[in-house]
Amino acid sequence: MQTLAGLLTQALHLALVLLAAPLVVGCTRWLKARMMGRRGAPPWQPVRDLAKLLRKRPVLAENASLVSEAAPYIAVVTTLVALALVPSFAQGMAFAPLGDLLLVAGLLALARVALVLAGMDVGTAFGGMGAAREVSFSAFAEPALLVAVLSFAILAGSTNLDLVAATFRDGQLGLRVSLALAAIAMLAVALADNARMPVDNPGTHLELTMVHEAMLLESSGRHLALWEFQAALKLELWLALLAAVFLPFGTAAAGAGPLAWGLGLLAWLVKMAGLTLALAVFESAIAKMRVFRVPEFLGAALLLALLAAALLFVSTGLA
Amino acid sequence: MLTALSLVIGALLLLGLAAVPLAPRAAGARLVHGGCVAACVLLVVLAIWALLAGGGAVLALPFGPPWGRALLALDGLSAWFLLVLGVTGAIASLYAMARPPARPGAVPPYPLFLAGMVLTVAAADAFTLMFGFEVMSLASWALVAADHAQAENRRAARLYLMMAALSAACLVPAFGLLAGHAGGFSFAALRAAPPTGWLAGGVLLLGLLGAGSKAGLAPLHSWQPMVYPAAPSHVTALMSGAMAKVALYVLARLLLDLCGPAQPLWWGVPLLVVGAVSAVLGALRATLEDDTKVLLACSSIENIGLITIGLGLALAFRGADLGPLAALAAGAALLHILNHGVFKTLLFLVAGSVLASAGSRRLDRLGGLIHAMPVTAGCALVGIAAAAALPPLSGFASEWLLLQALLAGWRTGDIGFQVLAAAGTALAAMATALAAAAMVRLFGLVFLGRPRTPRGAGAHEVGRLERWALLIPAGLTLLLGLLPGPMLALAQPALMALLGPAAMAPAQGFALLGGTGEAAAWYLPLALLAALAVAGLLVLLAVRARSPLETRRGPVWNGGFINAPDYLPFGDPLSQPSAGGFAQPLRSMLGTSLLAARQRVDMPRPGETRAAGYTASFADPAFGWLVVPAARLRDAVAKRCETLRDFSVRRCLSLGFGTLLALLALLAWLEAH
Amino acid sequence: MGKLPYDIAHLLGGAMLLLSFVLLYQRRVQAVINAFAVQGGVLALAAAWQANMQGVPELYLTALIAFVAKAVLIPLALRAMLRRLDLHRAVETALGIGTSMMAGVAVVALAILVVLPITAGARAIAREDLALALSVVLLGMLMMITRRNAISQVVGLMSLENGLVLAAVGAAGMPLVVELSTAALVLVVFVVAGFFVFQIRERFDSVDTAALESHRGEGAGDGWRGEGAGDGWRGDAGQDGQRGGAGQA
Repeated sequence: MQTLAGLLTQALHLALVLLAAPLVVGCTRWLKARMMGRRGAPPWQPVRDLAKLLRKRPVLAENASLVSEAAPYIAVVTTLVALALVPSFAQGMAFAPLGDLLLVAGLLALARVALVLAGMDVGTAFGGMGAAREVSFSAFAEPALLVAVLSFAILAGSTNLDLVAATFRDGQLGLRVSLALAAIAMLAVALADNARMPVDNPGTHLELTMVHEAMLLESSGRHLALWEFQAALKLELWLALLAAVFLPFGTAAAGAGPLAWGLGLLAWLVKMAGLTLALAVFESAIAKMRVFRVPEFLGAALLLALLAAALLFVSTGLA
Repeated sequence: MLTALSLVIGALLLLGLAAVPLAPRAAGARLVHGGCVAACVLLVVLAIWALLAGGGAVLALPFGPPWGRALLALDGLSAWFLLVLGVTGAIASLYAMARPPARPGAVPPYPLFLAGMVLTVAAADAFTLMFGFEVMSLASWALVAADHAQAENRRAARLYLMMAALSAACLVPAFGLLAGHAGGFSFAALRAAPPTGWLAGGVLLLGLLGAGSKAGLAPLHSWQPMVYPAAPSHVTALMSGAMAKVALYVLARLLLDLCGPAQPLWWGVPLLVVGAVSAVLGALRATLEDDTKVLLACSSIENIGLITIGLGLALAFRGADLGPLAALAAGAALLHILNHGVFKTLLFLVAGSVLASAGSRRLDRLGGLIHAMPVTAGCALVGIAAAAALPPLSGFASEWLLLQALLAGWRTGDIGFQVLAAAGTALAAMATALAAAAMVRLFGLVFLGRPRTPRGAGAHEVGRLERWALLIPAGLTLLLGLLPGPMLALAQPALMALLGPAAMAPAQGFALLGGTGEAAAWYLPLALLAALAVAGLLVLLAVRARSPLETRRGPVWNGGFINAPDYLPFGDPLSQPSAGGFAQPLRSMLGTSLLAARQRVDMPRPGETRAAGYTASFADPAFGWLVVPAARLRDAVAKRCETLRDFSVRRCLSLGFGTLLALLALLAWLEAH
Repeated sequence: MGKLPYDIAHLLGGAMLLLSFVLLYQRRVQAVINAFAVQGGVLALAAAWQANMQGVPELYLTALIAFVAKAVLIPLALRAMLRRLDLHRAVETALGIGTSMMAGVAVVALAILVVLPITAGARAIAREDLALALSVVLLGMLMMITRRNAISQVVGLMSLENGLVLAAVGAAGMPLVVELSTAALVLVVFVVAGFFVFQIRERFDSVDTAALESHRGEGAGDGWRGEGAGDGWRGDAGQDGQRGGAGQA
């Protein structure tokens, strides 16, 4: 029974995240447009874009290798598997024992390497520049993420995402300064990893953009569709991760039955909508920073995460 | 078993002798290296046998130092390192069979090098260990110096000899302190009398200096990037894959085993600090270097640093009475030793194949080799993915364990150590990300893009035997990534040798376990691979169902740049990222502060006709602070000694007499106490 | 269970600390003043919350003073001054932003290590609160040391004083909190006034605007000749060609 419920919730979770991924991006764009006084494309516009791109014939550069063709699949698949590990409406899904935060970070790194190699495959200046910047940012984002994970590991005693979420939901943790600091660090990492506003501008689709899009210049057709879908999945993953860890309220247990799942789904949708709105507000309010300010931004996140851990050392030492 | 082992050592020594007449002919060199392959395979079998059957027996050889006989034994720890040694040695020897070194002088020391390493690992007394260590050092020096026609190789060999002397000068007193305290040289005697107080501190310091300088730990790492490129590729692979591990074996044997289990928590701190610094420094240098072998050497420094972090954590956890966590950290270190040994051997061999086929080690002269050398490129991709710690490859499994151990550092309860472990977590994560950057840069610049030189464009795929020498380690890297659990179960005797009989490997079946009890995190690479494969198949089918059109080839878009003129057949070289250009963000972000990186843009004013220029450079701080002053000191000492030559006979004699008297006085003083 | 009120007080203290870091992180004087205003607001909230929690109505007065003076009046005055004097807008740092952030974390760690042993026996959260307040004080001091610009130094001083008030309102039963905070405020106002007077005199004594020019961060002609090391990010404009300029667009 337990395994059946776990499998069922896992399947539902996968269907849900696949459906929701383009909508998250679409909603963010729509909300941003509204806030800037434009009408904006409807939230389901990314679905249309994907369908159109899939219909088109992909063109590869003459000297492109297998890397260009395989990388988008690898990136989408790894991001999808990582997303399958992050709980949405229910906890205790079939993949929950696998759902380790370090593994999620590792899978995201794999997707990143696939993207970077695809950017370098043809040997163009823009692709190389974007690749160089992407890997450079990750050198600052990874430690911040890992030290934030350290805070969760101290509180939950494990890096398993399901256990962390369950501890934060049920445990009497109260409001913790350290968790707030860790949350800010995670947010900064999320913004950097998704190439969002202060780090990179997701709105531009030109060569002038700095990091993420620069690596995609040579891809077209279904390859571009896959890359766009991967970006959407990654954004959803980070939002779901933040929701699962810092807003764990209302999530159902896997064995609790369809009614509880429905409530959990409602709670998840509300959380995701709130995070999307927050992202849109933040992006509308803030300007992009220069590339070489990014290490400072992520370094500050790392220091805050370290501070969070230090405060936790103190309080665990006292308890 | 031990008899067989001593026979293998003897056979290797004989092979070294036989190599002297055989080496000048290619077939002879092949024969010698083929013999080494056989010996190494035998070593692997012996090691696995010892790990499974358990071997506590000690074999006393019929010869040895004047006061006793040389002892050999194969306990868990020795067997594990023998396994690493056998695997990397077999691969490197196979490669050497396919591509014998250009200079015949590089053949005879090779079996001796292997024999020295085996002797070090299998020794059961301090003298035999140091003897093997020195054989290893001298044989590898001979290999480095074999190609002495080039001035930079001579410099590298000289530096290497100095470093070898330094590590001996530290390790001999370290064992001497222990032996003097215990009254015997055999490991059993040393173990029975663990040092305490300042004696223990001295052993820690000397051991760390001696083994650390051989392994390439900061700040004594600067020889590696100079020496590794000087040696033939298979020797470099063996030096990084096995010799650095032998140095770590000495470190682990000395600090974790011989010094006894009662050492305090702070013993782990120096290892943790040194390891973290090496990891970040090595990885950062790897992202900046523009020579494949130097880059890989720097990446070795990073990995050795990570392993040292694991050993340091094991020491600290043991000091804090956290047995399972100590096993977690030590397991991470042991697993990473094996994984790194295999994938770094693979990468050095790939660098050798690229050098032979495309004619250069410099990233700026390579490019686009994936079209000319698809098999090599595939193997390289496996290697860099493992080195970049990507799941589900081997590097990720061991670094996952290591990070789990670091994340458990707060359980020691000592706030100073907790903060250190948190900082260590950040540094290890940064090193991992930097290593990923370095590896992506290596693969992207060497195998992707367009050729950068006509010589590089004329590259061709390697021969059949050489291909196998690359495919085998690539397959092993995949396998080790999928089966970390069984490998750790195999390493169980090694863990017990390090941490006592209660140690349990942090693995269960095919899974790795991070943490303890109910809250342990799991890493199941097989399940992950299955999930990835199923998801990949479904995505592929779904996408191709909606998007059936085949791809078409067209000219590169490149953001609308016009194509290069005809006289540039490989395109405009400046429109392709260069090694320096790819490193530029990290050089600016981290290099300026950590490696004293400088860049200078020389932009002529409008109207001036001179060319614009851009120069970038960096310097390893350890070199300026340590090696240069040491060289200056050496010169000063040498100059002083020169004056001795002008002494008259009478003064020379009086010097000897004075020394004799001083020694006698020392003896008298020692006897009085 | 009565845990939540303490948690909220704790969180407000944490927010103060975070804002201190924001103050250290900012590069522009305007943003520094904004962050300071927010910190004043959070301080007012913290004081009001303590008044509510401890049942000490006088603390509402402290909260009111804090809000009116620190969140509204002083920032307004500073901003007006900034406009009138047309002071250069970039914060000049004596120590790089990254380095000063690192120093900040070290200082906070020190504060924690100092406070914990001497307050043994108190409740865990109360001890952490005290550590937070001390950290705010020390970070204010650090800001005064590491910034060359006078306005930032004054803001550092006021942030330091914020930390003191936070400690005072957090300690239940501390006498004369209101008086103390008022006195500290008066002192700060004197310093600010003195600074203005000083600045204005400076301003009219010196007519050498070229000296001022050299401090501007965005010198048009000089940037692209800059060589690597210290502020070498701009130096890559040469290598990056057109996209160096595009990136900042």
